[in-house]
Amino acid sequence: MDLRRLLLAAALAAATNAWAQDRFIVVSSTTSTENSGLFRHILPLFKQQTGVDVRVVAQGTGQALDMGRRGDCDVVFVHNRDAELKMVEEGWFVNRHDVMYNDFVIVGPKADPAKVADSKDVVAAFSKIRDAQAPFASRGDKSGTHAAELGLWKMAGIEPKGDWYRETGSGMGATLNTASGMNAYALADRGTWLSFKNRGELAIAVQGDQRLFNQYGVMLVNPAKHPHVKRDLGQAFIDWLVSPQGQAAIAAYKIGGEQLFFPNARR
Amino acid sequence: MPDAIFADPRLWQIVGLSLGVSLSAVALATLIGLPLGAAIAVGRFPGRQAVIVTLNALMGLPPVVVGLAIYLLLSRAGPLGELGLLFTPQAMVIAQTVLVLPIIAALARQAVEDAWREYEEQLRSLGVDGLRGALTVLWDIRCSLLTAVLAGLGRASAEVGAVMIVGGNIDGVTRVMTTTIALETSKGDLPLALGLGAVLICIVLALNAGAHLVKQAAERRYG
Amino acid sequence: MNGILPLRLEGVSYAAGGRTLIERTSLTLEAGASTIVLGANGAGKSVLMRLMHGLLAPSSGRVAWQTEGPRRRQAMVFQRPVMLRRSALANVLYALDAAGVPAAQQLRLAREALEEVGLAHAAGRPARVLSGGEQQRLALARAWALHPEVLFLDEPTASLDPGATREIEAVIKAFDVSGTKIVMSTHSLGQARRLGDEIIFLHQGRVAERASVEAFFRQPASAEAAAFIKGELPWI
Repeated sequence: MDLRRLLLAAALAAATNAWAQDRFIVVSSTTSTENSGLFRHILPLFKQQTGVDVRVVAQGTGQALDMGRRGDCDVVFVHNRDAELKMVEEGWFVNRHDVMYNDFVIVGPKADPAKVADSKDVVAAFSKIRDAQAPFASRGDKSGTHAAELGLWKMAGIEPKGDWYRETGSGMGATLNTASGMNAYALADRGTWLSFKNRGELAIAVQGDQRLFNQYGVMLVNPAKHPHVKRDLGQAFIDWLVSPQGQAAIAAYKIGGEQLFFPNARR
Repeated sequence: MPDAIFADPRLWQIVGLSLGVSLSAVALATLIGLPLGAAIAVGRFPGRQAVIVTLNALMGLPPVVVGLAIYLLLSRAGPLGELGLLFTPQAMVIAQTVLVLPIIAALARQAVEDAWREYEEQLRSLGVDGLRGALTVLWDIRCSLLTAVLAGLGRASAEVGAVMIVGGNIDGVTRVMTTTIALETSKGDLPLALGLGAVLICIVLALNAGAHLVKQAAERRYG
Repeated sequence: MNGILPLRLEGVSYAAGGRTLIERTSLTLEAGASTIVLGANGAGKSVLMRLMHGLLAPSSGRVAWQTEGPRRRQAMVFQRPVMLRRSALANVLYALDAAGVPAAQQLRLAREALEEVGLAHAAGRPARVLSGGEQQRLALARAWALHPEVLFLDEPTASLDPGATREIEAVIKAFDVSGTKIVMSTHSLGQARRLGDEIIFLHQGRVAERASVEAFFRQPASAEAAAFIKGELPWI
């Protein structure tokens, strides 16, 4: 009887030990970042350097931040600066670092019913779209992209309502599918747009406006709130992201020769 | 496109994980569900009709709701957070087992109840009833029960809501066929998504064909 | 040895679906004589058999055996045999196991029983592919293996052709010779004559007459019995 218990305890210890040796962290990030393909490019480089597996759970920014609050991940990597700083203040995250930025673009039907193509003023473009009652597909899902879109409507002094304004309540790719199907305008991050294959009649209508700037930040879940958080491994990932190697890896990621993300971590 | 995906080792890893998760869930659900259904079929206890109605209704549990419930249970902020099971294949197996269990139990209950009418007198005459009688009938009608198990397998391999929420669709770890199809669709890569869908259907078809052959062989052997 | 006979029915009645199927009946079954429960279809033979065997609980009165042993000392063969999806031998083994016979003896007893009914050659075949007559013989083998004190048979040959019927009757005779009390229901007068020692004649749920076989057929005491023998009994 004793021997059997001893063997069982040994087996259990070996198994859990083996599990722990499999060094990994869970990072919650956004669908737009995942869909762009960035992680598939940079994570193997990180693993090569440190031997740590990064498991990315991709969802909307709201969900991703909530995951950090619940302690279901070790690191959060999203693009909604105001929400991120608020939660650091509330003590859910240790601190926040800038990592990179990309930009949003407005895509729309080549036929361009609102006459906004090649405009450099996104706020004016939004006004024209509303005036023309041209169909607009919004994410409507509390994501970083959605927050940016709402901010732009606010800047134009418009509350978007009506048949022309369609909230899909889904991720970037699904919203673009809907826009493509409806020949509607939509706000998308460049990364998702560049790797999006179902464009239909859509093309980039507006880009380059400073207000379309989209900043990414990374945060460590606060071990004081969630003792199980893998503090060291998580911090190693954050340190790597803002390090010269990490920043170079981000800059090196291109789709069709075009760079998607622009590293801007501060020393 | 078609040749490219078959050459990609990632596809076979995803297929392997899908089969592993769904088959494990169906196995667990069968182990629990068959005796459970048989016991309800043969037993007589207060509230039996309510139990039967509830069990039948649970066959229609929405996968995304099950996923959400299991997520809340396994989340660090939840009661079973200590186990650290969230975003692992084990969590996916748990969620799919919960989803499939009512299907197998409800269908087994019906099958055993129908068969019990034929067997009851003879078994009771031999002094066998209660759970032992139920299990004897269960084993005797095992070929018909295969359909219930296949229904469960169909549900498990087809659903995306539960595994997406509790698994997190993590590349290389919890990404299965259905969540990959959802992902590729959201990336606008519709031909790839369709191709994967075709692969999934072929696999499920093959499993069903295999089960059918086994059933036919058994019927020839046992009458 | 404490036998389970005699069996006493005391004021036993049975009603279902608003109808009385068996009226208040008191009777005693002693060891030895083969008892035939005779009557037309719907007279209540099957219900009475099931009440005696314990498959049905009486609506009133009680069914009392001499001793209540832990091992079932009675067996029943139904009109249509119910076999498990296993070999013939496995079906007999199942019954032995259910009765609590020690594992070491099960195989020997099962093979002896199959031998007794002439099915030794079919031991390995799936029971469900056997013919109707063979399955009924298998049911008898299943009962034989248990060496019961009482064997109930509910119209065992009603679904069989004359050849199979003869084989079954031969086995029943063998049971009788080996000391098992036979209690059999039938609506066949010829069968009653061939196999029975005494007759319990049922008419519309009531014991209309009980007599030895010779006395019953020579001079039935009740009008219903007389009509039945003459073949004039109206179907209920």
